[in-house]
Amino acid sequence: MNKMSRRFKIIDILLIILMVLPLLSCIVLKVVTTPLKEGIVISGAAIFFTIKMPFQDWPVTESQINSLAVMLSILFLCLYLTHGIKDGVWLKRHHFAEIIVEMCKKLVSGNMGDYFISFAPFIAAIIGLSAFSSLVTLCGLYPPTSDLNVVAGWAILVFILITYYKMKCGPVEYVKSFANPVLMAPLNVISEIATPISMAFRHYGNVLSGSVISVLVASALGGLSKMVFGFLPGFLGDIPFLQAGLPAILSIYFDIFSGCLQAYIFAMLTMMYVSGGFPYELYMQRKKQKNCDI
Amino acid sequence: MLEIAVGIILGCCALGAGAAMIAGIGPGIGEGNAVAKACEAIGRQPESKGDVTSTMLMGCAIAETTGLYALVIAILLLFVAPGRFIDILISTIG
Repeated sequence: MNKMSRRFKIIDILLIILMVLPLLSCIVLKVVTTPLKEGIVISGAAIFFTIKMPFQDWPVTESQINSLAVMLSILFLCLYLTHGIKDGVWLKRHHFAEIIVEMCKKLVSGNMGDYFISFAPFIAAIIGLSAFSSLVTLCGLYPPTSDLNVVAGWAILVFILITYYKMKCGPVEYVKSFANPVLMAPLNVISEIATPISMAFRHYGNVLSGSVISVLVASALGGLSKMVFGFLPGFLGDIPFLQAGLPAILSIYFDIFSGCLQAYIFAMLTMMYVSGGFPYELYMQRKKQKNCDI
Repeated sequence: MLEIAVGIILGCCALGAGAAMIAGIGPGIGEGNAVAKACEAIGRQPESKGDVTSTMLMGCAIAETTGLYALVIAILLLFVAPGRFIDILISTIG
């Protein structure tokens, strides 16, 4: 093991600071801008300010800021994990980075085939962004995935990819793929359009329903404890004793397990739709013919 | 008069949200079936536990979609629709 130089250590610390800084600044922004409220309320993403645009105003919301902060955080996390991997410095975190890359490659080649192995970084990015966006609730921030606009953006991106890979054999084959039995063509078109909608709704609905249920349970327990322990004298009567415990267990399921599971499912569906829509054999046949002609 | 109209709007929105969530029955039955079959499969072939579990989770997620559509409609009815309907009511009254 080589000795680390001072410059290396300074860059390390800088990367850690840059990793934490976006989330910290988001927390500060939330604390500064959110007005004090009585009790627990369910609210959407707060709008910070609106930018005048030619056709429609562009509201800059909490979810956009938070998702940008998560992206920056993941970027510096990746840079931190792989820092010095080419300099011959051996650190434990390099093994961790290699494990992540290997796992992603295995996942993609197992589910999509070896032709799509270049999709591995994209799938890893989807899983990372989605999982960290849901886990950002643990810092007390608004999760970007419980805003339909953010998830719909990802779903539209995936839809463009699906259409691109379906069009690989030319637009004629693309149109033909809908009219497989000719009578089923309208249904096929509808199911094609329903793909991004259902992907977006699935992710958004799961995260949002988790937070709604958590809030409902927490406020119900608060009311119950006011009813049961309300007779206690002084400030003891105001402390919601019953709110301790159950919301934390719900949070383990809804915030951690469900968020990670939805990230995995979104990535799996992306892989299945992209590789399922691509006419692999026809494309390979045509490629071979083209090579023979030349 | 306006109070009654607003009350009717709010009450009907809440009733509609409750009625929309009847759709939660379907995914419940479907996911129960899926998990029961997955348990059977693991009992028969314990070595294929990983594959069966990941496939079951995928299937559950897809079966959940219809329930989530209902949930989205219920949330829209609870949080978005009343304000919009009351705006329409006030603009028609003038």
